[in-house]
Amino acid sequence: MSAPDSTHAVPVAPRPGDPDITAELVDEHGLSPKEYERIQRIMGREPTFTELGVFSAMWSEHCGYKNSKRLLSTLPTKAPWVIQGPGENAGVIDIGDGYALAFKIESHNHPSAVEPYQGAATGVGGILRDIFTMGARPIAVLDSLRFGDLDSGRVRYLFSGVVEGIGDYGNCVGIPNIGGEVQFDRGYEGNPIVNAMCLGLMKKEELITAVAEGAGRPLMAVGARTGRDGIHGATFASEELSEDSDESSRPQVQVGDPFTEKLLLEASLELIASGAISAIQDMGAAGITSSASEMAGRGGSGVDLEMADVPVREPGMTPYEILLSESQERMLVVAEEGREDEVHRILEKWELEAAVIGQVTDHGRFRILENGEVVADIPALPLTEGCPTYERPGEESEEVRGLREMDLSEHLIPRGDLVKSFLLVLGSPNVASKRWIHDQYDTTVRTSTVVPPGGDAGVVRIRGTRRAVAATTDCNGRYVYLEPGTGARAAVAEAARNLVCTGALPTAITNNLNFGNPLKPHIYHQFRESILGMKEACQVFETPVTGGNVSFYNETDGRAIYPTPVIGMVGVVEDVDHITPQGFQEPDHRIVLLGENTAELGGSEYLYVTADLVAGPPPRVDLLAERDLQRAVLSMVHKGLLASAHDCSEGGLACCLAESALKGVEGGLGISVRLEDALPPVAVLFGEAQGRIVVSCAPDDERAVLEVAESHGVPARSIGTVRDADHRFSVTLPDATLEVPLARLSETYEGALPALMDSPTPSSD
Amino acid sequence: MKVAVVTFPGSNCDYDLYKAVQQVGGDPTFVWHRERGLEGYDAVMLPGGFSYGDYLRGGAIARLSPVMEDVVAYARSGRPVLGVCNGFQILCEAGLLPGALVRNDSLKFRSFPVRLRVERTDTLFTEGYEEGQILRIPIAHGEGNYEADEATLRRLEDEGRIVFRYVDASGEATDEANPNGSWHNIAGIVNEDGNVLGMMPHPERAVEELLGSTDGLALFQAMARALSPATP
Repeated sequence: MSAPDSTHAVPVAPRPGDPDITAELVDEHGLSPKEYERIQRIMGREPTFTELGVFSAMWSEHCGYKNSKRLLSTLPTKAPWVIQGPGENAGVIDIGDGYALAFKIESHNHPSAVEPYQGAATGVGGILRDIFTMGARPIAVLDSLRFGDLDSGRVRYLFSGVVEGIGDYGNCVGIPNIGGEVQFDRGYEGNPIVNAMCLGLMKKEELITAVAEGAGRPLMAVGARTGRDGIHGATFASEELSEDSDESSRPQVQVGDPFTEKLLLEASLELIASGAISAIQDMGAAGITSSASEMAGRGGSGVDLEMADVPVREPGMTPYEILLSESQERMLVVAEEGREDEVHRILEKWELEAAVIGQVTDHGRFRILENGEVVADIPALPLTEGCPTYERPGEESEEVRGLREMDLSEHLIPRGDLVKSFLLVLGSPNVASKRWIHDQYDTTVRTSTVVPPGGDAGVVRIRGTRRAVAATTDCNGRYVYLEPGTGARAAVAEAARNLVCTGALPTAITNNLNFGNPLKPHIYHQFRESILGMKEACQVFETPVTGGNVSFYNETDGRAIYPTPVIGMVGVVEDVDHITPQGFQEPDHRIVLLGENTAELGGSEYLYVTADLVAGPPPRVDLLAERDLQRAVLSMVHKGLLASAHDCSEGGLACCLAESALKGVEGGLGISVRLEDALPPVAVLFGEAQGRIVVSCAPDDERAVLEVAESHGVPARSIGTVRDADHRFSVTLPDATLEVPLARLSETYEGALPALMDSPTPSSD
Repeated sequence: MKVAVVTFPGSNCDYDLYKAVQQVGGDPTFVWHRERGLEGYDAVMLPGGFSYGDYLRGGAIARLSPVMEDVVAYARSGRPVLGVCNGFQILCEAGLLPGALVRNDSLKFRSFPVRLRVERTDTLFTEGYEEGQILRIPIAHGEGNYEADEATLRRLEDEGRIVFRYVDASGEATDEANPNGSWHNIAGIVNEDGNVLGMMPHPERAVEELLGSTDGLALFQAMARALSPATP
């Protein structure tokens, strides 16, 4: 490759056929006039069309975090166990015994709204690559999903396509799915949320980062060829969807090939182990542009890339297209000088291609050549770090305030039969069994899954140690919608609660911030308050944020989704003996409620299914009380006192008890529970008061459980007894009783999603 | 027991089989699909996965791999070959077992523990089980629907070559207990000589209490007993 000598900018002539740079063209590239002026200043001249495309991708919300960076920088990111915080492909923590865990969550909302199967599949592909480019072998995936109500045919199409896409991709690569969550609510009607999280395991010394250092080292493109798919996906993800997004946006959705991904995974890990490469990065959002410029930016170096040397799928691709293609299953690798042949040999074994497409330089520029002619020449650091960041004005919408302040007292009076309401809530797809989903995911490949999907958190053991890691994703968008700060605190608290219920110590967080258009004051308000709430909770639980993803512009025809800051939290189980199931284990075991019931009903599933209402203040979150509760439960787990533990969340105490009963050994166990609260039965049964966990223990351990609770200052009381499988599910309150045969409960709980999905009612649209 | 675990580019249960063999005291070796020569191994195992992405049909391309010529010769010489999941599909594609595995009747990937009834205990693989014993072993596949023509099915039944069948809790081979639509609830079959076993469920995923079941362990133990040199 002939690289012209340059220590400073050389004039770059437009390519023949390039459009003129007009105000319209700048606007189409998602850049404001002010931002364009800044680009002109950085360049010292007008950018070419190719350069404009590069800036547009790197300064998109997706890559540049322009509306989020300032607030994100306030989140806690450090702890003694954090090895790698935000800024790399994934966060990394020390989990003991010489092992490190890489983990990250990422969104693929926009592509999934347009083409659910490929959108979701490539979401999984992207997050796997983020993990194995750190040198870690992926050991588990989770997914956090949101859809509109399932009575719409379009929503069912999106839901089943997304589940199939996630399944087919992860199943083929052979990574077990261990959990996640899904919520159905009209608030997500036009804009589904598809967030995929991955965990990867490595020995601490195997960590590799994506830093391009050492002038002269060759840059190699590895894996699939570059095609015309997904061009400007990053910019697309930074816009609102409209009615006609469907057709016109399809070319911006990439197509996944999990088989190539599997080859790439094995080849990448072999490359890293060989020492023939010094850095590796996924060509994800914004393709070659972001991977090359970010690696150069982190290394304080520069790159020269020759477009004619990039393996392409079709002839005639322009530098603009090659630079911005988001073709999947591609990597950019910095090889050690003179070891290119070794790289080729490893890739040949895995039947993949590799090509030298450029080199690391010390000129500090992102320079693109086409047959030796410079077609783009941009200073690397301003490109990756110079994206302007904004704090926007934020103000709560009147509509939301009105909903939050709505008087809910009439809803505290039961609407007819309590059993009917109970079955309605339990059979809501938001509460009911998610087996319809999980049965399509391989959950046991790699033979390490101890707790598969459906538990409070997924748990995977670490072979050769006594340890295991647990992971969960959580966020109730309704709570965040009604009061963002409280909702975000609740999301962190619930994630931590879920982890301790399985016996894990909450350790760190990756977040996926799904919001509407941040330029609208009420959306920015949601975003700001969410971040502040999250920050506070992360500090209390000592769970730093090690990375994540921001997805703005989740709007269709001007209507935004519920603000949904998904928390992906990981925890460490010190000894596999601590792993605690969700279901009751034996008749005669005592059932103990930790935490307190309240009269709260705001934001509840009960209100949604009985009154079609998302209103009221979301349940209060007392972070210190939560922390005490979680410490108490972990202490009980470590003392071997608990037979089961289950977090109380959507659907309230009644549904929490039902789940523990139905997931009892051998297909379910009955219970008899008595609740003496002087509160409205509706609130006690279905209110979603935070900070509650239902545990069970052998009769001999009951005292010890209550004592541990007391020593941590946690309210605790025995509320009943586990019965045998023939006994009913029976919950008695001062003025009401819930008596349901287990079989009926099971029918409702297990049958709800299949009934909606496999024999759908006529479509409403 | 020296075991060759044959790996194709898209195998993803190779490591799980490897660990299961180790667990029963065996000595596993990964054999890459482009390598040749299976002499010196006491058994050959074909793992699950998506050998070549399997966009066409499970195992359809894997059977053309160089190593498969050796696998066929190895099997025809009467030595033991176990194919699990995708491995079963490859054995059928390679003509070592009759019939074919087509798309599940649900048209969906299915992944959960199923119940199997042990139909034969006089094979190298199953002599550690009781006849009629019910096992709990996970499945994870999109194409596990066993299909063969009437004559083949009759032969399989008459010759007692159906080794595992999907059943319910009471041991009945019902439609409800059949996770993929397989004819005669077939989950696993052997060849005429009984030295080649193909099965869709994953016995290697059921070898530890911690992971929910140890019902697959006896299969590997039986192989290890039969194939390990007698200790003096």
